[in-house]
Amino acid sequence: MSKQIDIKDLDIFYGDFRAVDGVQMQIKPRSVTAFIGPSGCGKSTVLRTLNRMHEVIPGASVSGEVLMDGNDIYGAGVDPVNVRREVGMVFQRANPFPTMSIKENVLAGVRLNNKRLSKTEADDLTERALRGANLWNEVKDRLNLPGSGLSGGQQQRLCIARAIAVEPEVLLMDEPCSALDPISTLAIEDLINDLKDKYTVVIVTHNMQQAARVSDKTAFFNIAGTGKPGKLIEFNETSTIFSNPDKEETENYISGRFG
Amino acid sequence: MPISTQTTESGPTGPGSTPEPGQKPPQSPAAGQQKAVVRPGDRIFSAATLIAGILILVILAGVALFLLAQSKDTITAQISDPSQITGGKGFFSYVWPLVIGTLISAAIALIVATPFSLGIALFTTHMAPRKLAPVLGYVIDLLAAIPSVVYGLWGIALAGNLTGFYLWLSKWFGWIPIFAPAADGSVSQTGRTLLTASLVLSIMILPIITSLTREIFLQTPRLQEEAALALGATRWEMIRMAVLPFGKSGIVSATMLGLGRALGETMAVAMILSPGVLTASLVVSGNQTIASEIAQNFPEAAGLRLSELITVGLVLFVITLLVNMGARAIVARTSVKGS
Amino acid sequence: MTTMNTTTEAAVSKPAKLTSKQLPKATPWIIAVASILVAIVISFIAFGGFNIPVVAVLAGLINAIAVFAVSASYEGRRKAVDRIATTIVTSTFVLACVPLISLLWLTVSKGGAAISGDLLTRTMLGMKGVLDQQYIAGEATLAGGFYHAIVGTVLITLAACVISIPIGVLTAIYLVEYSNKNRLGKAITFLVDVMTGIPSIVAGLFAFALFSTIANVLLPGAAGIAKTGFTAAVALSVLMIPIVVRNTEEILRLVPMDLREASYALGVPKWKTIVKIVLPTSVSGILSGVTIAIARVIGETAPIMVTAGFAKTLNWNLFSGWMSTLPTFIYDSQLRPVSPGAAALASSERAWAAALVLVALVMVLNLFARIIAKVLAPKAGR
Repeated sequence: MSKQIDIKDLDIFYGDFRAVDGVQMQIKPRSVTAFIGPSGCGKSTVLRTLNRMHEVIPGASVSGEVLMDGNDIYGAGVDPVNVRREVGMVFQRANPFPTMSIKENVLAGVRLNNKRLSKTEADDLTERALRGANLWNEVKDRLNLPGSGLSGGQQQRLCIARAIAVEPEVLLMDEPCSALDPISTLAIEDLINDLKDKYTVVIVTHNMQQAARVSDKTAFFNIAGTGKPGKLIEFNETSTIFSNPDKEETENYISGRFG
Repeated sequence: MPISTQTTESGPTGPGSTPEPGQKPPQSPAAGQQKAVVRPGDRIFSAATLIAGILILVILAGVALFLLAQSKDTITAQISDPSQITGGKGFFSYVWPLVIGTLISAAIALIVATPFSLGIALFTTHMAPRKLAPVLGYVIDLLAAIPSVVYGLWGIALAGNLTGFYLWLSKWFGWIPIFAPAADGSVSQTGRTLLTASLVLSIMILPIITSLTREIFLQTPRLQEEAALALGATRWEMIRMAVLPFGKSGIVSATMLGLGRALGETMAVAMILSPGVLTASLVVSGNQTIASEIAQNFPEAAGLRLSELITVGLVLFVITLLVNMGARAIVARTSVKGS
Repeated sequence: MTTMNTTTEAAVSKPAKLTSKQLPKATPWIIAVASILVAIVISFIAFGGFNIPVVAVLAGLINAIAVFAVSASYEGRRKAVDRIATTIVTSTFVLACVPLISLLWLTVSKGGAAISGDLLTRTMLGMKGVLDQQYIAGEATLAGGFYHAIVGTVLITLAACVISIPIGVLTAIYLVEYSNKNRLGKAITFLVDVMTGIPSIVAGLFAFALFSTIANVLLPGAAGIAKTGFTAAVALSVLMIPIVVRNTEEILRLVPMDLREASYALGVPKWKTIVKIVLPTSVSGILSGVTIAIARVIGETAPIMVTAGFAKTLNWNLFSGWMSTLPTFIYDSQLRPVSPGAAALASSERAWAAALVLVALVMVLNLFARIIAKVLAPKAGR
């Protein structure tokens, strides 16, 4: 599993509004890449183009290429639904399906994609995904209770389990810890470290320490002003970005001397 | 959206490495859609929902078209020989008193019901004891659901008791045309007058207006209420400062909905009113509304009479349409912008 | 009123900074009771007797004036305005409750007195004026019944549900999930609003006009066959569809976008997301909205009487022959009694019994809607 992502000349629009301009980037398999930058700079928007989720918003469109192991996910005849099966996503706010139990939540992706599972297969997959999300020990006795009964951090890990249960190649995380307390955040960060053995992980975060802790490479986005498009300023090794960045703009942001 | 034009310009002029032509954005959405693959499941499902939506357009067009089609006989009669139409003086002199009766009864119902509805809504949202308030709200909702035929039945039982009141009204307020007694000084013996019907109508629309206004009042931002109280306002001053201004457009639209109901309400009037010619006085028998005219005569009607009644129904449809659109315009104008 | 002024003159000490003069808690009640007494006295003097409406109106007026006077003289103008507003609002509430309670009371007492198991299981088949005269004379029990009307109500309402629920729910899905606020979506929203305002009798006339036009084409000269239970069901659907659309739309918009995105991100197609995620999440709200819509149309009279006529006997066939429902049965019994004269009372009693059943039915449906909304709602999230 795990794939390489090449982003070439990516422009993103909402209607006529150019939200992100000319992104070039190469994301290596089995690595953690962090997107940082001020709010509104387009980092989440770029993340959402990697599994064609931005199309969900009416009027959104892109130009350019996003290659996944050499195949353009915006190429002719590509079904966004298939792309999303390869590229899982975890959102800012934990969003377990309220009508489903913990187990049903984990299996939701597989079941909704028409795969028939025998009972033992389903049990195995549930355990594997929940172990993968470091949640198994906490919930193994209440798999049939509603997922919304868990704590915020547990819910977020349940969402990660749900995403990895469909066995994607890439895992996208959109500020997964922004609504969590420090202890739950730590649990998720540990989990991200484990996940990179198997998946290509891309994480958007507004927390620079978090980017420094979990990622191998970091991309810094910035915006010139309201109504201007967001741009990728610097994409580099995380250690370089946080110690000795190439661009002055990055250094200003990192050191808090912003604007 | 002055920003968007600025943006398309700033794209190429910016320090970016990509010399993008400015006209690219309009093209790209179309290109994106061309590439997208539509799954059969999605196509079937979206088509089904689309058809359902279009069906609603068809039904509404059908209402107008079929009523018009069935009005054909009336229209030809009106053109060739107006004396054939009930009353012998053509369609318009037949329908005119009905329209007036409908408007009068709806107006009375609204005038009586609105202040009471506001009072009840305020009482249940801001004045009633905390534990009682939700129960009262629930009871109001239930009353709004009671079928009009039951209100009609109740109105018949009640009508006889009102004759004394009407006699008193005509004695002291007879100088006002709407309370004038008949030539011999009497009022309706059965009490089944347009005023009774209108009062029952007002009681009928009372829960409807109340339950809508109540919901609006409940939505008043708590912060605004607390801000008013924190300034030292009494409860009534708080209501005037925060609750009523916030609910203004909601109150108007609730009232208009009540008016629509009162205009189109058939049964309460059809059961209570013993109809007659249009008279100014509301305490003697006489007057008729459109809906009641249809209900009382439809079962026995055939031929031209049937067509007449359907045409009258078309008139009612148009009146309620106009009222609804007027209401919408008022609501659009009075609604609070932003928050 | 004069007695009141004495209480106000009590205790005129200087108020401390944070306390101000306040009337004792019982004051409004004392004033209210006194006002009622004064009103009764006036009623006796001016109208020569005890007259409930007169007393009620007078008592309300006197009470309002007295409260204002007492409070203004003791607590100050602002407090007095607050008190009078409270008094007026409370009295409108009490006053409005009178007719509504009277309505419920009459339905329960009159209907309860007349109702019996026989009425629920018999039709009006073979009903004669003589039977009612015998009943009024005390020689027989109340004859006839409205089993046929109950059957008609259930059949017509069910048929209306079958037509309007799919159309209504699918339209709401189109508006929320597919239209993206395009022109068609706006047009549909507008027309649904217009449809909400259609008078029920116009809906009935439409259904009748529709089917008599069809009947005229198929069998010229046989317009009478247009009056069937199904025609009535179409009329009710016209009234029901907008309610279902509105309620469902409102509920679907409450489903958080998060859930849809979570499902898309798992690679689930849109239609499946709607069917498996959005609809199950909102099912309780949709069902309760539908139940409210049923409760609303089940009591409609006017559209039924112009489309299904007045049947005296049982008819199980929606597509042929006249049918009665509880509302049309009530109307017919009250206005066209089986027996003229004093024995018309028997018809009226049957009407009240049917009204009780109808009101009970509507109440149960409303209660049921509330229970569905509570029980089926997804368990507390976040």
